[in-house]
Amino acid sequence: MKELRVQPIKDGTVIDHIPPGNALKVLHILGMERNLPESVISIAINVKGKRGKKDIVKIENRELDTQEVNKIALIAPNATINIIRNYEVVEKHRVKVPDELVGIVKCGNPNCISNGREPVESRFIVKSREPLRIKCYYCEREPEDISSQII
Amino acid sequence: MNFKGRDVISIKDFSREEILHVLDVAERMLPIAEGKEKSDLLHGYIMASLFFEPSTRTRLSFEAAMKRLGGNVIGFARPGTTSLKKGETMADTIRTAESYCDVIVMRHPQEGSARLAADFASVPIINGGDGAGHHPTQCLLDLFTIKREKGKIEGNSVALIGDLKYGRTVHSLAYALALFGIDMKFISPPELQMPKEVVEECREMGVEINIENSLDDIGDMDVLYVTRIQKERFPDPEEYSRVAGSYRIDRKLLEKAKKDVTIMHPLPRVDEISPELDSTPNAAYFRQTFNGVPVRMALLALVLGVVE
Ligand SMILES: Nc1ncnc2c1ncn2[C@@H]1O[C@H](COP(=O)(O)OP(=O)(O)OP(=O)(O)O)[C@@H](O)[C@H]1O
Ligand SMILES: [Mg+2]
Ligand SMILES: [Zn+2]
Repeated sequence: MKELRVQPIKDGTVIDHIPPGNALKVLHILGMERNLPESVISIAINVKGKRGKKDIVKIENRELDTQEVNKIALIAPNATINIIRNYEVVEKHRVKVPDELVGIVKCGNPNCISNGREPVESRFIVKSREPLRIKCYYCEREPEDISSQII
Repeated sequence: MNFKGRDVISIKDFSREEILHVLDVAERMLPIAEGKEKSDLLHGYIMASLFFEPSTRTRLSFEAAMKRLGGNVIGFARPGTTSLKKGETMADTIRTAESYCDVIVMRHPQEGSARLAADFASVPIINGGDGAGHHPTQCLLDLFTIKREKGKIEGNSVALIGDLKYGRTVHSLAYALALFGIDMKFISPPELQMPKEVVEECREMGVEINIENSLDDIGDMDVLYVTRIQKERFPDPEEYSRVAGSYRIDRKLLEKAKKDVTIMHPLPRVDEISPELDSTPNAAYFRQTFNGVPVRMALLALVLGVVE
């Protein structure tokens, strides 16, 4: 039997396997607070799954582009993106840290030009995924604790 | 090899072959740099010299380079005289300047500024120093100096001496020397050691690196590259004097070195090299300063596409 904690949706996107307590951060990283989509978003926090607790986000009538959603891999490395059409999962992707992180991590170097008033977003180049190593595109510094620098 | 339109942000943007090409072009520029030959190679071209942070050598030698080649120069020597004071972003200053010129040379106190400028400008950006970041033209002129003093870059052993932690020129230079397969000694007070990423990177490139705390063992070095140890790095002035004193190059030390050892320094120097050495053939630092002109001429001509 399918585990359906919240009401089934007809069409849209389900972001599954988010570490418990991180659903709101995921929405934040996706920029959903800044420009709220017209569609209904449901959030389930601390859902009991097969592998312990997790958070789930369901967005109706919008198929999120995997590329776009990859940004959440920093805080939800095991998340899956499920595209729902006519109540069925028609596509499933595991998120993958993208090659570049734009506007997601703040550079920890106070003298970095990206921390000034210039009209640019922070930008990091991913040097390796496992272990995750990133480098500021501007000042080339590597943050020591990436998660504490998420914008 | 095509340099036309290229930005010069970091020495890492260049391959070994490209570096050698720049140095070859610089070699050809020598008589013009010395004022022995006149040139109008860059006649009709305008270089904007944007110094968001003051500098003497870099700015003067770039401006001299452009003018020796018959080009024109516009710009500012400190941000005080610009609309940056009124709160304009650097990006806007760059977009304004580029509409008046063919190439921009800039120095800025913040890391990454040149990279950012290059993303906004369609004319080539040459980085004249971005905070603690890069200073690629210094690196190229250092390599050019080694080549001229020694006949070639390869096969020399080089000691980098002084403040290796904060001295930005030595980080790029270490990388560039490693690219040429040069074994190095990094000699510094323990608190000012070469960052471990730089050491690792050089070793990964296959060169031998020795980390030392004293000048005792420089007898087989071909080049001593000396940098300034800054007072600000030491909370205690006495500690500073003690440390700085033990990394000073003087006549006594020269006696322990190879007879034809080359002494370099990016200048300005304070006490690191005794003035009594200035008149020795070993002292290459003033020639090194001059070498900034032909190297910058070469870069300007190359990125403007006037020379291939
Ligand atoms: N129509 C739907 N409306 C809302 N949520 C749905 C719908 N169909 C599936 N889901 C949710 O999407 C996620 C993935 O569904 P799927 O049927 O692939 O589950 P699964 O087999 O457990 O997958 P996984 O192995 O990725 O956990 C689950 O959280 C499920 O509850
Ligand atoms: Mg499941
Ligand atoms: Zn940075």
